[in-house]
Amino acid sequence: MSYVRPTFRHPDAQKNKLGYTRKAYEGAISTLCAGCGHDSIVSSIITAFFEMSIEPHKVVKLSGIGCSSKTPAYFLGRSHGFNSVHGRMPSVATGANMANKDLVYLGVSGDGDTASIGMGQFAHVVRRNLNMIYVVMNNGCYGLTKGQDSATADKGSKSRKGAPVSFESIDLCELAILLGADFVARGFSGDKKQLLPMLKAAISHKGMAFVDVISPCVTFNNAPTSTKSYSWVRDHMEATATFDFIPLQQEILTEYDHGTTIPVALHDGSIITLYKREDKEILTNKKDAINSLEEAKAEDQILTGILYLNPDSEDFHDINQTTDTPLNQLTEEELCPGNEVLQAFNESLR
Amino acid sequence: MKPTDIKNPEYFHRVVDCQYACPAHTPVPEYIRLILHERFTKAYMINWVSNVFPGILGRVCDRPCEPACRRDRVEDEPVAICRLKRVAADNRDDISARLPKAPEKKNGKKIALIGGGPASLTVARDLSLLGYELDLYDDATKAGGFMRSQVPSFRLPERVLNEEINYILDMGGITTYLNTYVSSLKEILDQDYDAVFIGSGAPRGRDLPNLPGRQEGDKFIHVGIDWLASVVFDHVEKTGKRVLVLGGGNTAMDCCRTARRLGGEDVKVIVRSPRSEMKASEWEIEDALHEDIPILENLTPLEFIVEDGRLQGMRFEKVMPEYDEQGKRKLVPTGEEPVVLECDEVLLAIGQQNAFPFIEPECNIAFDDYGLPKLDPVTLQSSVPTVFFGGDSAFGPGNIIIAVAHGHEAAISIDLLCRGEDLHNRPEPEVTLAGQKLGFHDWLYDSHVTEDERQHVPMVDKAKSLRDRLVEVELGYGEQGGKVEAKRCLNCDVQTVFDEGLCIECDACVDACPTTCINFIENGEEEELRERLLVPARNKEQSLYVSDILSTGRVMVKDENVCLHCGICAERCPTAAWEMIKYTYKSAKAGDR
Repeated sequence: MSYVRPTFRHPDAQKNKLGYTRKAYEGAISTLCAGCGHDSIVSSIITAFFEMSIEPHKVVKLSGIGCSSKTPAYFLGRSHGFNSVHGRMPSVATGANMANKDLVYLGVSGDGDTASIGMGQFAHVVRRNLNMIYVVMNNGCYGLTKGQDSATADKGSKSRKGAPVSFESIDLCELAILLGADFVARGFSGDKKQLLPMLKAAISHKGMAFVDVISPCVTFNNAPTSTKSYSWVRDHMEATATFDFIPLQQEILTEYDHGTTIPVALHDGSIITLYKREDKEILTNKKDAINSLEEAKAEDQILTGILYLNPDSEDFHDINQTTDTPLNQLTEEELCPGNEVLQAFNESLR
Repeated sequence: MKPTDIKNPEYFHRVVDCQYACPAHTPVPEYIRLILHERFTKAYMINWVSNVFPGILGRVCDRPCEPACRRDRVEDEPVAICRLKRVAADNRDDISARLPKAPEKKNGKKIALIGGGPASLTVARDLSLLGYELDLYDDATKAGGFMRSQVPSFRLPERVLNEEINYILDMGGITTYLNTYVSSLKEILDQDYDAVFIGSGAPRGRDLPNLPGRQEGDKFIHVGIDWLASVVFDHVEKTGKRVLVLGGGNTAMDCCRTARRLGGEDVKVIVRSPRSEMKASEWEIEDALHEDIPILENLTPLEFIVEDGRLQGMRFEKVMPEYDEQGKRKLVPTGEEPVVLECDEVLLAIGQQNAFPFIEPECNIAFDDYGLPKLDPVTLQSSVPTVFFGGDSAFGPGNIIIAVAHGHEAAISIDLLCRGEDLHNRPEPEVTLAGQKLGFHDWLYDSHVTEDERQHVPMVDKAKSLRDRLVEVELGYGEQGGKVEAKRCLNCDVQTVFDEGLCIECDACVDACPTTCINFIENGEEEELRERLLVPARNKEQSLYVSDILSTGRVMVKDENVCLHCGICAERCPTAAWEMIKYTYKSAKAGDR
C-alpha cells in the first residue's frame, strides 16, 4: 500500500495566476476506502482553490469528526487547519472568523457531524450567516463505525445487507434555506463538472454558503437499493437550472441572451449565470426553492445544482458591525482604549 | 477513438519505452528488478539470452534505451540502464552451468560466417543451439571484430571481451578460421554451405586523399579506425605530444582519449560543424572533456603543413553553419584568417565506408548506389537467397546492439530457409501477463517511486588511467550506488490494465493519479481528444489508452506519456477495474515456432 504519493507531477501541468501548480494545493495521500466519494470532493476543492488562485495561506480549513472530517488532511496542505470536537466545527469557525475576517473559511463536515451530533451548532451558524463555505460530505451512513444509518438516510433506502431505513430523513439543504442561508447548493461527488463551479461560486459568495454533496460510501452504502449509491444518484439526479460560474477576474465576453440565461452577480463581482429551463423557476425565491425540493422528492428525484441564492446577504460581521481589521493587527491601544472610553461607552447605555 | 486493442502485443510493448527502443528488445525493467534483489546471475542470463554480450554492452553500448526512458520525461535524467547491465555482469556467479550447449547430434546444415564481430557471433550462438555447424572466418587473430579492434581497452577490458566471446565459441558446433581473410565470396559459395552470413563490418575509414600535404605527411597522418586497431594489436605504442583528431563521432572520442594515453599531452578534437551537432554520444564527449581534451568547432581542413618531411601542423578555414528552408545545413566560410594548429600527428576519424572487395560481380549480389547490399529489411536476405548480411555491412555503420539484433533476425531467416519455410512467416514474440496483486493494496513489485537522482559511476583517478591504456576508466557501480540506481526504474512493464465492465466511474483513480494521466471524458477524434484531456497529451509518440463506452456514455482515456506505474490508480480503485499486470515480451529467436 502506498503511504506517500510520488512527488513527480506532469511536467506540463498548468500554473495559476500566482504561478503555482495544483500540487501547491494538495495534501497527504488519502487513507479513506478506495473509491470513497469524499476523495472526489477533495479533488474538486483542490481544483477550485487552485483555479481561483487563492493563496493557500489565506485559507482556514476546519472540521469535526468522521470520515469527512479526516479529509482536510488530504487537501490544502499549506493552509491553516483545525480538527475540532465532534459536531463543534461551527463554533471554532465562528471564533476564528470573528478574530480574522480576511481569511477564507472552509468547514468540512459529514452527515453525522452535522445532522446528528452537530445539529444545534449547524442551525446557529447558519442563522448567524457566518461568512464561510460549509461543505457536508453526505453519504447517509456512519462509515467510520461500520455503516449504521445516519439522519440523512432516506426513508426506505437500503444499505448493503441492511434493512430499509424506518425514519424520516433530514434534508440539510431545505433546513439551511429555512434557517436563513443565502447560498444553498447540492452536488454529487460523481459529477465534478457541476461540483467544481458550485464550489467556486460558494467561495465567492459572502455569508454562509452551504453545499451538501452526496458522496457514496463505497464500503457500506453503495448498494443499488441505497439512495446515496453511485448508480441510484446517477439515475435519479435532476439538475436545477444548470449554471456557469464566471469569477470576477475573468473578462466577461459572452453576451447574455436574456431569454435563456440569467446572470446573478455575487458580492465580490463574480457572476453566476443560470440557464433557465422551461419548467423551472429561477431559484432566488425562498418559497420556490423549497417547493422544487419537495416536488423533486415526491418524484423520487434528487435535485442538484444551486438551489437557493440571495446575492445581497449580510454576514455576521455586517450584522454585528465588527471591525474590519483582523484582531491580530490591532494594537494594544486600539484594543484597550482606556478607562475614559469605557466610562463614556457605559454612559451611552444608561 | 476506437477502444485500444490491448490484446495486440505491440500495444504494451510500446509502453515499455526502454525495451521498445532497444534493437534487441532486452527486457530492461525485469533485469533491473532482479539487480535490486541481488539476483545478479539471473539478471545476467536474461541479458545474455537477449543481447548476447551483457558485460560488453554494459560498458560500451550506444544505449538507445536511455534517451527513451520514461524517467527522462518526468525527471531530468533517465535510469542508467547501461551501467546497471554492467552491475549484473560484474556481480554474477559462475554461469557455466547455466549456459546451453549445442546438441551432440547435428542437423546436417552448414553455415559460413564471414567476419567475427557481434553480428556473426550472434548468428553463431543462435544457430549452434539448433544443431547447425558453423564456420566463422575472420582476418584478425581473435574473434570480436570492431568490438576488439575499435573499442579501446580503457573502456572495454580484453578480459571481458574474451570471456563473453568464448561463451559462444565454446558452445560447440562452431569452427573458427582466424587469421583467414576471405578474399573471394565465390570460393565460399562454391563450397557446400547451406547459407552464408556476411558480417564484415564497415572496415574502411574515410581519408582526405586530396588535401594538400597528405602524401608528404603520410607518416604522421593516420586513419582513425586503422590506428585504433594498431594500438590494440600493439603495432602502435606511442604518439606525438601534440595530436589533432579530426571528426566528431564516437571513433574520434576513442582516438583522442587513446592518444592521451600514448604520450599525447596536447590533444585536440577538431569538428567541421558546430559542437551541438556532433555525432558522438553526449557521455563520450563528457569523458573526453574530463581528460582535458578541448573540442574546436566550425573548422574545415585546408591543408597539412609539412616542412622538411615533418608534419608541422594543419591549416583550417573558419566556417559557420547556414540552414536553408528544409533545414539542410551548409557550412560557409566566415572570411576570417585561416587558423593554423601546430601538431605532430593527425588522426582522421571522419567516418567509415563499407567495402566489399571480396565480393566478385559474378556472385550476383546486388548493391545500391551507396555501395550497400540490397536487402530485405526484415529477413536481411540479399539478392542471392542463401546470402544474408548483418551488422555494419548491412545498412552502414551502426552500433553493437544493432548488430546483435541483426544477428538474431538473420539466424531466424537462415533457420527458416534451411527448413524450407517462408522467410516472412516469422515466429511471434513470447508474451506473458502476470497479475501483481499480492494482497489488499499490495503489489508483487516494488511500486514506490524514489526521488533519488541518477547515480554517478565511480572512476579511476585520472592521472592513473592516463598512464596506462589498459586501465579501465570506470569502476562500475558499487553495491549501494547500483541499488539506488536500480530503484529509480519505474517498472514500466507493470502495466495499468483497465476493465470498463467493472468501473463505477467514482473518479478515485483520476483524483489519486500523481501525474494526471487518467481522464473520464466524452470520446472524440484523437487530435482533438488529446487537447481536451486534463493535461493535454502533446507527446504524440506516446499512445492514448482508450476504453470502450462506460455507463455514463463517457470513455476512460489514459495518456501513457508520464505514467509512473506507481499502482496508485489500482490501489484506489474500489472495484479492481484497474489492475497492475506485469507484461513480459520476449523477442522471437531462431527455432521458435
